[in-house]
Amino acid sequence: MAFKFPSDEWIKELGRQLNASDSYGKSAKDWEGDFIFIAEPDATLPKEAYMFLGLLHGKCTGAAMIATRDERKAQFFIRAPAAVWRKVIEGKLDPIQGMMTRKLKLEGNMMKIMRYPKAAKEIVSCCAKVPTDFGD
Amino acid sequence: MWYFVSPRIIFGEGALDALDELEGKHALVVTDVNLVKAGLLNKVKDHLDKAGIKVHVFDQVEPDPSVQTVLKGSELARKLGPDWIVGLGGGSPMDAAKAIWILYERPDLEPAAISPFINLGLRQKARLITIPTTSGTGAEVTWGIVLTDTEAQRKMGLGNRENAADIAIVDPQMAAGMPPRLTADTGLDALTHAVEGYTCTWRTDVTDGLCIEAARAVLEYLPRAYADGSDMQAREKMHNAATCAGLAFGNAMASMAHAMGHVLGAVFHIPHGRAVAIFLPYTIEFGAREAPERFAQMAAFAACSDKGGERAALKLADAVRNLCHKLGSPVSVAEAGIKRDAYEGRLDKMVDDAFNDTQIVTAVRTPSYDELRQLFLYAYSGRTVDF
Repeated sequence: MAFKFPSDEWIKELGRQLNASDSYGKSAKDWEGDFIFIAEPDATLPKEAYMFLGLLHGKCTGAAMIATRDERKAQFFIRAPAAVWRKVIEGKLDPIQGMMTRKLKLEGNMMKIMRYPKAAKEIVSCCAKVPTDFGD
Repeated sequence: MWYFVSPRIIFGEGALDALDELEGKHALVVTDVNLVKAGLLNKVKDHLDKAGIKVHVFDQVEPDPSVQTVLKGSELARKLGPDWIVGLGGGSPMDAAKAIWILYERPDLEPAAISPFINLGLRQKARLITIPTTSGTGAEVTWGIVLTDTEAQRKMGLGNRENAADIAIVDPQMAAGMPPRLTADTGLDALTHAVEGYTCTWRTDVTDGLCIEAARAVLEYLPRAYADGSDMQAREKMHNAATCAGLAFGNAMASMAHAMGHVLGAVFHIPHGRAVAIFLPYTIEFGAREAPERFAQMAAFAACSDKGGERAALKLADAVRNLCHKLGSPVSVAEAGIKRDAYEGRLDKMVDDAFNDTQIVTAVRTPSYDELRQLFLYAYSGRTVDF
């Protein structure tokens, strides 16, 4: 069964994948900081979408689609058009390269993110494990 | 979409003469005391004097420069107000020069904040020249900066495309005085850059050719330069190969051998090139089990094998080990003189730090935490990777 992206079900499934990932758990064991992923509207997405992902010490503490970026507090925001998110999820765009080319725009403490590159990569690996319906 | 960043490179015998034409008022040369004693600073100073540029010197850079050192250097720069910063030396002084330049122009920044995600706005006060004296780290052409957090005993991978040098002067005379051990260590660093730049997941069409030529040249000329430092053909080929390898990996990326080598260097103070070359064959063996193609291609281009697949890829690992043997360089951590109980006592920290080194994300086969731990142990005892 595929989960529509972006959706509450999709982000919750990502949370489950992260909690099942030993590799993510080890690489993020000291991590503290929640994320809001923002999918900007484009040809595939009519309206901006916000997904909250709570991350603490290698575990996902909560995941939900939210109505606005202010609905939950987060330390990090990553924003990109929906089509760019698709490339990341499908493994066609390395997320760190994506940030370095400004295709993914990060708000938050860059220094902290750069100390956890493996954890960032593991999050993307877990995204790839979520069966995803991009609405083709 | 990606980038290729390069300084203006002036290379070959007599390249240092280009400094005679430099325009400016004050230069701050960032270097270390050994290069001053070796007379290399004076060679640079003579040319800058001809250009009418007043020379100031910061010679306190240590191997694996610390955050504290670059803060001191940038404070000096702010007092002197140079319009050129000159990084003279191996990777340490050149990386320190990059950081000092940034902090001179941006005293508001913490060193750890120097990242590729921000705009630095450099070149308001000064520009950067790099002059390598080893063959080499490639730091003369890269934008990466490696500083050491001495308290956490951890290397920090920093840098921004803006802080690539304006001019790199690659004159083989500047490396001709290297003793054999330094020739070997820095040459092996260049080889590792070439191999990793070619085989990592961030490799590019624009950098592949540089990797191939650099690897081929190192395998051919490093043993000659090691055996006879006065062989100027070998010195020039190595100096150019190191710059090519630097351009390549600086615009692609390094990979797992560097992630592992960084931590070995930070914890046990093994010279960088020696450390990464110890791990390179093991990371080749590990990667080749799942993705042999790029390693096999490199083996073919470097004349180690004319076949494909994992067996050819493993020939590349053999070629690296054979080169190390010719150079009297260790092929295992044990051979590097580190005691097992000391190594195993720091293993958890080393695995943690390597796991989160920025270079590990480009490995063709991403290790799990346990696999990385195993790799460290196999590399200790010199055991061929079989998982």
